[in-house]
Amino acid sequence: MNAAAPTLGVVMLCHTALDRAAQVARFWLNAGCAVALHIDSAVPQAQVAAMQADIGAHPLLRMAPRHRCEWGSWSIVAASQSAAELLLRDFGSIGHVLLMSGACLPLRPAAELVTHLRAHEGTDFIESVAVDHADWITGGLSRERFTLYFPFSWRKRRWLFDRMVDLQRRFGISREIPRPLEPHMGSQWWCLSRATLEAILTHPKRARYERYFKGCWIPDESYFQTLARLHGRRIESHSLTLVKFDRNGRPNLFYDDHLQLLRRSDRFLARKIWPQAENLYRFFLTDQASKLAPVPAEPAKIDRYFELAERQRTEGRAGLYMQSRFPHDGSGQALTAGPYSVFSGFDQLFRGFEYWLGQATGTRAHGHLYAPEKVHFHGGAKIWHGAISDSAALRDYNPRMFLTNMLWATRGERQCFSIAARDHIPADLMWFMAKDRNAQISVVSGCFLLPLFRGEFRPDDLLAHVALLQKREQHMLSVLQSRWVQADVRVWTLAEFLQAPERNLSEVLAKMLPDAAVAGTNQPEMQSLDGLEDFLKELRNKGLPPVLLRDFEGRSGAI
Amino acid sequence: MGFKTQLKLRARRQVKLMRALRKSLELRTRVNRTDRIRPNDVLCFTTLRNEHLRLPYFLEYYRKMGVGHFLMVDNGSDDGTAEYLEKQRDVSLWTTQASYKGSCFGVDWLNHLQWRYGADHWCLVADVDEFLLYPYADTRPLQALTDWLDSQGRKSFSAMLLDMYPKGPIAAQPYSAGQNPFEIARWFDAANYSLKQNPLMGNLWIQGGVRQRLFMADSPEQAPALNKVPLVRWSRKYAYVSSSHMALPRGLNRVYDDTGGEQASGVLLHAKFLDTIMDKANEELQRGQHYADSREYRAYDLKLRDGQNLWCEHSTEYINWRQLEILGLMSKGDWA
Repeated sequence: MNAAAPTLGVVMLCHTALDRAAQVARFWLNAGCAVALHIDSAVPQAQVAAMQADIGAHPLLRMAPRHRCEWGSWSIVAASQSAAELLLRDFGSIGHVLLMSGACLPLRPAAELVTHLRAHEGTDFIESVAVDHADWITGGLSRERFTLYFPFSWRKRRWLFDRMVDLQRRFGISREIPRPLEPHMGSQWWCLSRATLEAILTHPKRARYERYFKGCWIPDESYFQTLARLHGRRIESHSLTLVKFDRNGRPNLFYDDHLQLLRRSDRFLARKIWPQAENLYRFFLTDQASKLAPVPAEPAKIDRYFELAERQRTEGRAGLYMQSRFPHDGSGQALTAGPYSVFSGFDQLFRGFEYWLGQATGTRAHGHLYAPEKVHFHGGAKIWHGAISDSAALRDYNPRMFLTNMLWATRGERQCFSIAARDHIPADLMWFMAKDRNAQISVVSGCFLLPLFRGEFRPDDLLAHVALLQKREQHMLSVLQSRWVQADVRVWTLAEFLQAPERNLSEVLAKMLPDAAVAGTNQPEMQSLDGLEDFLKELRNKGLPPVLLRDFEGRSGAI
Repeated sequence: MGFKTQLKLRARRQVKLMRALRKSLELRTRVNRTDRIRPNDVLCFTTLRNEHLRLPYFLEYYRKMGVGHFLMVDNGSDDGTAEYLEKQRDVSLWTTQASYKGSCFGVDWLNHLQWRYGADHWCLVADVDEFLLYPYADTRPLQALTDWLDSQGRKSFSAMLLDMYPKGPIAAQPYSAGQNPFEIARWFDAANYSLKQNPLMGNLWIQGGVRQRLFMADSPEQAPALNKVPLVRWSRKYAYVSSSHMALPRGLNRVYDDTGGEQASGVLLHAKFLDTIMDKANEELQRGQHYADSREYRAYDLKLRDGQNLWCEHSTEYINWRQLEILGLMSKGDWA
């Protein structure tokens, strides 16, 4: 390109990290582009002087009249206008003017952009979306930006800003939009053709439009975007600058480790670069990029990268409880990291139930995780994934987090365990599991009697013991049958279950493994229940209220 | 939170600040280079005693990370710690012979130094065996984190204490000066942490890890707290209440999201379990200057002397911050 006749003019709006801005300015100047530097008037004169000395005198460099550019204020537009005017006046050869900030970084060699623009003479590259269709506006105002009054700063006087908006809405206040303007919005970083810019800047109604836009909210996102629609002949409605906004509407910063990501961008510039990202500046401002094999543009990859970050902030990882994520019970998030199955009574009915369950389903089948004496992990392990101890004291210190920790640490492998009336399951843990969509809870009630019946355990006071267990089981069942249950709960009485044990078991397994052919697997061996009637009769005769024994009704006429 | 509670907490904060002022009389300036602090420097505040062996790596680690100045209180070292620190050009040093316990385990001294020098800086409070790890720590300096926190309007950043330990008896792998302690203590417990909400102070109370698993299994409630808010954009109104576990005003402790999302957070890798702990335990038992009658050190002394292995078959070997992120011990949040 002929240095005397630049075809591209660059307007740079700078307010911090002037050394980086100077570096970028040099990049454009060296490539034969004209540069107009706008330095915020809040920057001390000494720094401006240092920056000018840093760049040195250059025939293509202009210093634009300085304004105080506050976020979202008209002064940003005014600064862009005066700097662009300066360039158009001084360099008659300029075909396009690019607006960028001092924290933007070119992603491709300048010549590539110049060639691109030459091939698109008279085309305006400006994101310009009709305001009624702008769905990307996050949580802010859309059409009302153009029809309300905004006497208070959104950043500094948020409360007053909101009240003013409410007030105007209530009284139906609406400013008139000057004809023939059609409100459009879009990224504030554009690249406009000389024809369009000159039409905007020399239009007879410019003063009228300016008065109007000064009263709009965030005019730097709408002034040029609206007027380009009025004057532009060909509009490419996308910005040449890559900007990714976070949930607060601030641009995400790019760091050294984003280098490979930025190389995949299909844009010409990126905003906003962390000033100390030395590698990025070195890579993109030198010819380093051209030495490497070009990578195919994959803008979707960049979008995905930032979407994932956003999702981690808003939704987080299900089932994780940690220092910076501690969802309260009503947050509506999944309570645990993955599906799990809880069994009650099955291990009393079937011999070697856990072993069989693990074999038949390929899941991890533990024993009674909440047994009073210790945690019965699979295979009697003393320690489990995540270094979770089998100590009952540690578990009972925070029973709920014992469960969530274990499920988090074993993500990807379904965990199964047994509970019983004698286990240490506090009410809040029972509620937690009952409300957990990941839980599958299958209960055969009344099975707590079976160890007593078999004589595996002989309490001093049998009746008191039975009454206690009965009470606990009743509580468990009342939770599981409440209307707040979200878990997949199935409850049988012992008598009900025994009517078709094989079918009932198959049903439970089918829900665990919907795809697998569970039907074909062998059933576990039932324990003998001969003599149970006599045991129950004995209990009743000792004085146990018959109501407690109703779970067994129907099994035998003797009761 | 009721008006009464607000007043109570406010009073507590002010008492804490007054106390810091009073306890500052115990500090003697050994060397004050705070005039070298530049406006955007991240400052590191530390209390220590007889840590000469660990200091070279500690200083190197945080210098590399981007800490601008170290403000340290030497509590009566006799191993050359003060002489060593005096020679470091980015260290300001105060000394005191006063009681560690009497200053709330160093909190009062540091509160004062932070009040005096830390206002409007991002301040990190870290012991000599605590090493901060934050998302992207391998590619972005600390300044990148603090800039981002500023842009998000956040005033504090949490980093849970993660106890690291070696495999095998602790005495078997001696630590030498300048060495990365995590070459030895490179194992940790990944998922045995208990979290409880503290409604008064607004923080999460975290316990667990190897110390609870082995030393406090019979009395889990006595296990030391692991929640920390070590990085705060300091203001003269702020005060730490108990170590860097909790600060006031309590908004500083609100470092977690309770609707299901994740805030960005880090980890303080804790290189406590090295062979140096044996001498330390011995000394601390005689001085009786640690928390809760040095209960913790009593337990260490008993078990570690017997060659207790802290490692178990489900211990996790440390790789990098990304691993800790995946394990859910820290989070990137929306810092992309």
